[in-house]
Amino acid sequence: MIATATIAQEISERLGSALTPQKTLDHIPTFWVEKNRVFELLRFLKEEIDRPYKMLYDLSAIDERMRQHRDGQPASDFTVVYHLLSLERNEYVRIKAALSEDHLSLPTITRLWPTANWYEREVWDMFGIAFDGHPHLKRILMPNSWVGHPLRKEHPARATEMGPYQLPPDKELAEQDALRFRPEEWGLSRERDGSDFIFLNLGPQHPGTHGVLRIALQLDGEEIVDAIPQIGFHHRGAEKMGERQSWHTYIPYTDRVDYLGGVMNNLAYLTAVEKLAGITVPPRAQVIRVMLAELFRIISHLVWYGTFAQDVGQMSPVFFTFNDRERAFSIIEAITGARMHPSWFRIGGVAADLPKGWDRMMRDFIKYLPPRLVEYDQTVMRNFIFKARTKGIGSFTVDEAIDWGVTGPNLRACGLEWDFRKRQPYSGYESFEFDIPTAQNGDCYDRAVVRIEEMRQSLRILEQCVSNMPEGPYKSDHPLATPPVKDRTMHDIETLITHFLSVTWGPVMPVGEVLGAIEATKGNNGYYLVSDGSTVSYRTRIRTPSFAHVQTLPLLSQGLMIPDLVVILGSLDFVLADIDR
Amino acid sequence: MTSPYPILSILGIVVVAMSIAAFLIWVERRLLALWQDRYGPNRVGPFGLLQVLADTIKIFMKEDWVPPFVDKPVFILAPAIVFVTVLMSFAVLPVAPGIIVSDLNIGLLFFLAMSSLGVYSVVLAGWSSNNKYALLGGLRAAAQMLSYEVFMGISLMGVVILAGSFSLPSIVDGQRRMWFVIPQFLGFVLFLIAGLAETRRIPFDLPEAESELVAGYHSEYSGMKFGMFFVGEYMGVTLISSMIAVLFFGGWLGPGLPGVVWFLIKTFFFISFFVLVRAALPRPRFDQLMSWGWKVMLPLALANLLVTGAVVLVWR
Repeated sequence: MIATATIAQEISERLGSALTPQKTLDHIPTFWVEKNRVFELLRFLKEEIDRPYKMLYDLSAIDERMRQHRDGQPASDFTVVYHLLSLERNEYVRIKAALSEDHLSLPTITRLWPTANWYEREVWDMFGIAFDGHPHLKRILMPNSWVGHPLRKEHPARATEMGPYQLPPDKELAEQDALRFRPEEWGLSRERDGSDFIFLNLGPQHPGTHGVLRIALQLDGEEIVDAIPQIGFHHRGAEKMGERQSWHTYIPYTDRVDYLGGVMNNLAYLTAVEKLAGITVPPRAQVIRVMLAELFRIISHLVWYGTFAQDVGQMSPVFFTFNDRERAFSIIEAITGARMHPSWFRIGGVAADLPKGWDRMMRDFIKYLPPRLVEYDQTVMRNFIFKARTKGIGSFTVDEAIDWGVTGPNLRACGLEWDFRKRQPYSGYESFEFDIPTAQNGDCYDRAVVRIEEMRQSLRILEQCVSNMPEGPYKSDHPLATPPVKDRTMHDIETLITHFLSVTWGPVMPVGEVLGAIEATKGNNGYYLVSDGSTVSYRTRIRTPSFAHVQTLPLLSQGLMIPDLVVILGSLDFVLADIDR
Repeated sequence: MTSPYPILSILGIVVVAMSIAAFLIWVERRLLALWQDRYGPNRVGPFGLLQVLADTIKIFMKEDWVPPFVDKPVFILAPAIVFVTVLMSFAVLPVAPGIIVSDLNIGLLFFLAMSSLGVYSVVLAGWSSNNKYALLGGLRAAAQMLSYEVFMGISLMGVVILAGSFSLPSIVDGQRRMWFVIPQFLGFVLFLIAGLAETRRIPFDLPEAESELVAGYHSEYSGMKFGMFFVGEYMGVTLISSMIAVLFFGGWLGPGLPGVVWFLIKTFFFISFFVLVRAALPRPRFDQLMSWGWKVMLPLALANLLVTGAVVLVWR
């Protein structure tokens, strides 16, 4: 609250009193601003204010037309929400701009933050809100031929509401034509000094893209003149599903966002939900969560390690690291019963207590992995061809990284020691001892160095979890914890009814807005939830690290060659579902 | 010293070379699996030995598909070239005294010529496929071969100077006192690297670099046409390995065992080495490869030639 007052004062001193503050459950200073002053305010926050908000953390929108509880908020049909992050203050600020249904447009902020480009395109795609002056306001997640804007409330969420899908020949041709890459649309010229460029379509099916990512390359020989990543092939409407699924049944959807991160995704979502519900998670559940999340960080990094080496052309490491990953999965399996997507965290805790013998398995793994990592250092990181391929390739500076919304290991590789586990501890991370590995040059090699050291640090955290696992309940006894603790349901009718409702309809979360963000495997993963006091979320916004990271591709790859592009893709460590959601 | 039964020799060498190449596919897969903590093919026949046979049957049964957009005659010709040139090289290969198809007095040059011709296969395949990935693969192959052919030839000249002949049996004979790998160690290393490049295997598999160019020059190939590239690669490995044995490790020479056995042992050793290299190394970038070729390998090869020549002149 104090933060809100200070920042409000700082802004009003400069811009007069054009701001309407809003109280939110996560205590992030939130202000409404008139749409014609958005640009001015954001520029002030980014460039002029003392200890500026340098990172555009997220940009999204809310369709407010069906919302019941908007106490004290300015009238709005569609609200565009900007989340900014100040690294110096270690604070977010949330700026909202109200739009009426017949004037759905805002000035673009791509001139302030290059990363706003994709975010604004997504808002256009999902809500039909136009951004004046945007360099390329086209659909980004949905196909060009799509009709309607999916995250609007009137847009159906289910295929059964849309009539059967048909693909007559003429529509097939039109769809195929819509996929054609036309350089002119992107402002690319077809020739330079009389010689033609090659336009190479890399993906969406290509062994080097790690999934259905398409990159249109403008090539001069093998040199990349420009690269245009095109995403959306993995879009599954995770945000729209959030508006259909109950708070509880949405958990499995989160697992599949960063599909290598498993329960790490649950943690991001639940951090937000528990803030909304006001649940304090008991210490044992917290430590269990940290333990599994860190194990998944190792798992994700192992996949990255092997596939990255493969991108550089090394054949064997992927088999070794997948082998190690398999061992980690056997622990996950023993504890949760599932492997890649356990969906094992619950609102208020975890699904069950740890099984007998979990600590032995964990200890074995903690002993097993470090010597393997040393071996991989010898075969991969110290190989001279590997160094020649990765050092000095695809680097950005700290300022560029912040400008582009880069977080996680990719940011730390530029030399900035910024880890949300340390800066904004959640789930009890403040009581663990670990270091934040950083590197200096922000190139492909340094990104690798950071991730490998992170695995060692995660092992340290695992060790602390094993030796200091607290006793106590594995789930909170808060009434909104889902499913509720069952021991009392068999004794009195009131708890039985609550239990029944909570399991059949799902819990009803208090009205409010929260942002819950964590240091996920690939960077900052945040869930911005709007509750309208119902069993489902009114708006679920998923801020993923990969989305921001892949957008930097043209910046990183211009002037390099195709093999470098593949190395850069590998070093960024993205997951397609984490980009497209 | 040409074989008294040329037809028999030709047949023998063709059959043996091809079956070794086929067998190699199994060997490579099993060895890679061994080094990568997995099993490899172990289902078909004893130890999975018949896997290759099963694959061959499958690949022969496949539709012989030629995409409509390719340059058809060249597209069909390209895989044949790699096959023919490698097999031609086997003609000058002395397996044991008397087991050779044709003892040309310019045997070594013939081998170099044939391996240079082999690059046409890759370039034409990349060109005729009318596919950008294949084209880039073909371009890379052309550039790579140009850079590596040059010092490949020069690296062997030391051996020629020592043996005083281009004929391969004479070169083997010249190693009765000492294998040429000792005086020509640098030449051996250079030839080994050039040989790796010649067979387009990791770390020189740029023309087909999977993670970059999908399958490079043979992206559009399927069925037995792809099979010919595939087997051609393994025959290339066999050829280069046996060439190393012949040129630097005394070919069939060795105590006790018959010459053929020695030859096979040495060849197999280098084949395994090739597989090990594939398991261990990443792939350099195209321009790095070129600059190593021209700026490091070529000067070294030239220096090796000059020093060898000088030493031999002074010695005699």
